[in-house]
Amino acid sequence: MASKLTTSNRAGWGFALPGFGLIMLFIVIPFFFAFYLSLTNQRLISPNPTEFVGLSNYDRLLSISVLTIEPEVDDTGAVVRDDAGNAQYPRVRTFTRNNPDYSQYAGMREWFRWHWGETAKVVVATDVVFWKSLRNTLMFVLVVAPVQAGLALCLALLINQRLRGINVYRAIYFMPVVVSIVVVSLLFRFIYDGNDGLLNNVLGFVTFGTFEGRDWLGSENTALGAIMGMSIWQAVGFHMVIWLSGLQTISPTLYEASSIEGASKFQTFRYVTWPGLRNTAVLILIVITMQAFALFAQIDVMTRGGPLDSTTTIVFQAVERGYGKQDISGGSAISVVLFLLVLSISLIQRYLTRER
Amino acid sequence: MKLGMTFGAALVASVSWASVAAAQTELSLWYHGAGNEAESGALNMIIDDFNASQDEYKVVVESFPQESYNDSVVAAALAGNLPDILDVDGPVMPNWAWAGYLQPLNIDEAAIAEFLDGPKGYWDGQLYSIGFWDAAVALMSRQSTLDALGLRTPDVDNPWTGEEFMAALDAAKASGDFEYAFDLGMPWTGEWYPYAFSPFLQSFGGDIVDRTTYATAEGALNGEEAVAFGNWWQSLFADGYAPGTSQDPADRDTGFVDGKYAFSWNGNWAALAALEVHDDVVFLPAPDFGNGPKIGAASWQFGVSGTSENADGAAAFIEFALQDKYLANFSNVTGLIPATSTAAAMTDNYAEGGALEVFFGLSAGQATLRPVTPGYVVSAKVFEKALADIANGADVADTLDAAVDEINADIERNGGYGH
Repeated sequence: MASKLTTSNRAGWGFALPGFGLIMLFIVIPFFFAFYLSLTNQRLISPNPTEFVGLSNYDRLLSISVLTIEPEVDDTGAVVRDDAGNAQYPRVRTFTRNNPDYSQYAGMREWFRWHWGETAKVVVATDVVFWKSLRNTLMFVLVVAPVQAGLALCLALLINQRLRGINVYRAIYFMPVVVSIVVVSLLFRFIYDGNDGLLNNVLGFVTFGTFEGRDWLGSENTALGAIMGMSIWQAVGFHMVIWLSGLQTISPTLYEASSIEGASKFQTFRYVTWPGLRNTAVLILIVITMQAFALFAQIDVMTRGGPLDSTTTIVFQAVERGYGKQDISGGSAISVVLFLLVLSISLIQRYLTRER
Repeated sequence: MKLGMTFGAALVASVSWASVAAAQTELSLWYHGAGNEAESGALNMIIDDFNASQDEYKVVVESFPQESYNDSVVAAALAGNLPDILDVDGPVMPNWAWAGYLQPLNIDEAAIAEFLDGPKGYWDGQLYSIGFWDAAVALMSRQSTLDALGLRTPDVDNPWTGEEFMAALDAAKASGDFEYAFDLGMPWTGEWYPYAFSPFLQSFGGDIVDRTTYATAEGALNGEEAVAFGNWWQSLFADGYAPGTSQDPADRDTGFVDGKYAFSWNGNWAALAALEVHDDVVFLPAPDFGNGPKIGAASWQFGVSGTSENADGAAAFIEFALQDKYLANFSNVTGLIPATSTAAAMTDNYAEGGALEVFFGLSAGQATLRPVTPGYVVSAKVFEKALADIANGADVADTLDAAVDEINADIERNGGYGH
């Protein structure tokens, strides 16, 4: 397996050494370190010796199962119902706390439930907050990756024209990228403010006062959406520039040819622009996906995971546990899970977008 | 002879900075109050006086912003670079003492005999840290508000009962004069939650952990009393008495003086600013929900780091700083409660007839320490999240159960935290 990389290439390796060394030191070694720590009970502050605990951190993190609950029945065997006619169920805590008959569910909490006829199926997990953060992170990725990439492409197409003053627009669109995400998050806290925030005022003005102000970050239903919107707005300029660079590598002769052939604007885009942007698209998709999985600063500044865990994310949980709750091993376990998740999704993306 | 030595030292100092260290042992001190000039001034006055009072030690201060102070200490401890003298937040002290960041503080017991309980940092039967001041929380309102609503003015000896308090909130809400009846300070995430709100839980009869063993939170944080507290807490938000977790931080700071809230749960540090705007602001004691009226105790304190090689000098400095005149000066510039009644008499605000005198009484009469255990730093976080969730409408019993499980798992993983 002697390749050019391994034979008579000392100078090449020598030049690569500083870069490789730094990557090893700050990325590869810490990853293996995190993997090692996730198998121990390492604490941030503790006089107790570190012990190997096997996979128990993962066990605690990932344990999930379904609990089937039958409705409560009275002495006659009839289902107990409330005034609205809904069947009444015993509380989940009667199964998960100090109940030797259901010891497999001990210490678990309800995540969500659905009904199968009168029977309630309750999904219970040891670490509900982690599952919620996983769900939120995936939601964030699923919305942000396509919307941000699409919006950035639209902007790039708009500013890829020879017009007077187009640079002003390029600068405007790019401006949010230069501002620190922490500052942007702080500003958006005011914009989203429930009492007299800018957004409520603008919406109230546009709808002639019929819009009722709402507390965007204080409600479970809107908090994650609000953060998505802000994140897309903040980073869209960066991806716009990458699209722009892709657009400008497409040879003008192709456009000339297509216009001679009488192609419509849409046909030009479909058969000239889009194929020319193929590699750019792959790059942008993977970069946005990875950035979206690392969602942290916005959460930390704007909501700290609340309300009711509706905005908590994987990275936020890793930091919160590792530093806030001094549980380095638990935080490491989350990091490893995140790594495997991002790695597998990136590999799938590579596979789906491979050259055929 | 002494003059000659000082002269000689000065001469050497002018030639070489390094040789000063040889003549005097340098004691490093870390402080959390970077950016607060008045506080730094008060601390520097003590340090200058101490350095001038003897020539064996020289204290050198390094200040950190409060937000990053604890992280800096933890990082320094992991790297083995702790200073000689640390300041530490009272409830965090057992954690650092347990981890070996602090060593027992050897000062004359007589020096702190007259101190309030809050500033004295005992863990495992030994004194580890001592504070120059305490802080206290009160129910701020205005006499004119109380009169308009026809409410009795409670004092430390006759605080409101839980029912009286809720009747007061109802009256404030019904009057329609206020946006909300009660401002709790929900945007102040972090230590404010356990500091300000866990005394309510204790007044109901619950607690963050079972203090008899410190081995479990079962029963304390999810027992009948705790659930009663949780239901009351949830009703404050669900029934529109108090703004929730998304309260605008600016409203927290100025909403009370602007007249948006009838009552505000706030500390003595905010008292002077409120008095400046309205001279009829009153500071009422915590209501009694059945197990006595309670407020949080313990603020920042000083201790000697576990790795210090100059523990005697560090302790000597701390003991030197405990003089009433320094305590009084600190209180004058920061507005915090001096640790002794004799120092209080020397201050502008806490002397008899002073504007904040009532806080000294609150601190002496109602202050309750947060759980004295190394596990507190974790259980405080769990408690904070539970309260935020309940305020946002989460099921009370389930949320408290989950908090109990998390605290218990943490205690177990830490081998009982040395209790």
